[in-house]
Amino acid sequence: MKRMGNAMVFLLLAVMSAIFIAPVFIVLINSFKTKFSISQTPFVLPNKETFSGFINYTSGIKDTGYMTAFMWSLFITVCSVAVIVVFTSMTAWFIVRVKSKITSLIYYLFLFSMIVPFQMVMFTMSKTANVLGLDNPLGIIIIYLGFGAGLSVFMFSGFVKSVPLGIEEAATIDGCNAFNTFWRVVFPILKPTAITVAILNTMWIWNDYLLPYLVIGSDYKTIPIAVQYLKGGYGSIDMGAMMAMLVLSILPVVIFYLTCQKYIIKGVAAGAVKG
Amino acid sequence: MIKSIKRWSGLFLFPTLIAFLISFLIPLVIGIYLSFCDFRSVSDAEFVGIKNYILSFTENGEFLNSLWFTVKCAVCSVIAVNLIALLLALLLTRGIKGTNFFRTVFFMPNLIGGIVLGYIWQLIINGVLYTKGMAITSDPKYGFIGLVVLMNWQMIGYMMIIYIAGIQNISTEISEAARVDGAGPVKTLFNIIIPQVMPSITICLFLTITNSFKLFDQNLALTAGAPGKKTQMIALDIYNTFYGKIGFEGVGQAKAVIFSVIVAVIALLQLYFTRRKEVEN
Repeated sequence: MKRMGNAMVFLLLAVMSAIFIAPVFIVLINSFKTKFSISQTPFVLPNKETFSGFINYTSGIKDTGYMTAFMWSLFITVCSVAVIVVFTSMTAWFIVRVKSKITSLIYYLFLFSMIVPFQMVMFTMSKTANVLGLDNPLGIIIIYLGFGAGLSVFMFSGFVKSVPLGIEEAATIDGCNAFNTFWRVVFPILKPTAITVAILNTMWIWNDYLLPYLVIGSDYKTIPIAVQYLKGGYGSIDMGAMMAMLVLSILPVVIFYLTCQKYIIKGVAAGAVKG
Repeated sequence: MIKSIKRWSGLFLFPTLIAFLISFLIPLVIGIYLSFCDFRSVSDAEFVGIKNYILSFTENGEFLNSLWFTVKCAVCSVIAVNLIALLLALLLTRGIKGTNFFRTVFFMPNLIGGIVLGYIWQLIINGVLYTKGMAITSDPKYGFIGLVVLMNWQMIGYMMIIYIAGIQNISTEISEAARVDGAGPVKTLFNIIIPQVMPSITICLFLTITNSFKLFDQNLALTAGAPGKKTQMIALDIYNTFYGKIGFEGVGQAKAVIFSVIVAVIALLQLYFTRRKEVEN
């Protein structure tokens, strides 16, 4: 009876996962087809007439400047995530250890920023960034630190509370200043949370479209901006190039996912428990 | 010790705080002020009272239409996502073969960006409708179905992971006790599992509700509001008011304030009600 039940469950899950993979598979096969066969027969495998080799890829990469976009996406994501982990972990420790009205006000402002929709600040934020000269790939890292602060400080401070004070005091007595106490004693204990924070921020920043579009979009393209750029103003989309670009956008994400899968799944679960 | 930490506030507190002020807090305060002004850029703002708020509703029906469309999409996907995610989590905690593989597959779409997700589903839905000589933009109902399916595909895996963590946290003693007392699978689900995973339900509802209300990229890529702005969600409507109509920046900002209040109220109410359920249990 139980074995029968498990067999049914297995079958159900197999069908569900086929449904989940299908969209990506369909995009993949269409990326090797000619433009017209993509819109007319998207669910058919390429055959002799409709197979177009790598033409979609070469034209997609050329039209959108994919290589440059990839480098900017990588640069902005890696730098922003590193900056967020370094600074928000220190901030969280500071807020938890130096308890005062001001630090708890700051803490609640960070929490509050998580609920507010981006549309609320998009116009004024992009103007501010423009005035302060932050509308370039370096400046946007500071913007991301500001927007990433909410979730990251929240997660770090939840964990800092569980770090025993005794260890820190011992380090201070042994002559460590606050900087060394944090980086030599506290941060190593916070490492699992740091990985979680890094992963959650990577998932968000890598895929972010509107913020980089408004802040640096006129001069620099990230991958989501490059994909949206294909649609252009009016006129029809080159479906072939679009399919190739979709595959090229999914590929880095899938590679990242399969290599860090264990941490990603753990990070998502840990992020929720802290909530 | 605290004194020695305080001395380092320049490094520990200020960089994050300054970035936060520049990118969020100052723009927020200016934004609230500007919602009461006529402006094109920021420097030419002229105070006009609540004119922008009145115009948000009266100028044309788009704001209310997109608000209603957003609510419809959000309700449908919040219910579907959470039910399917909880079901998958229950199936994946029975220790059957291939659990890891299935979990990997179900979570994968969550890592794909909103713009890319939008174009993937545009291809698929247009492909299905092509045989009938139509496209996703032929009828608003296709855009609606497309958005709900897309949100499900994207969010189910994430919520499933949270539910799995919640189910695995249930102590074996409780489930053993239920089994010894002769509770069947249905009774166990409603009397043991659901009350015990209430914290996961709280967080999943919060995430799905706020994510569906704030949805933008997916909406922009899938239909961009077509046909005739009938599949335009509220975030996209605000964007179009800001950047699509010259002279309506103030109205856009007023809409954004209303939108923020709506999201904050719904999120806090939901947290309040589900948290209370947690305490009761």
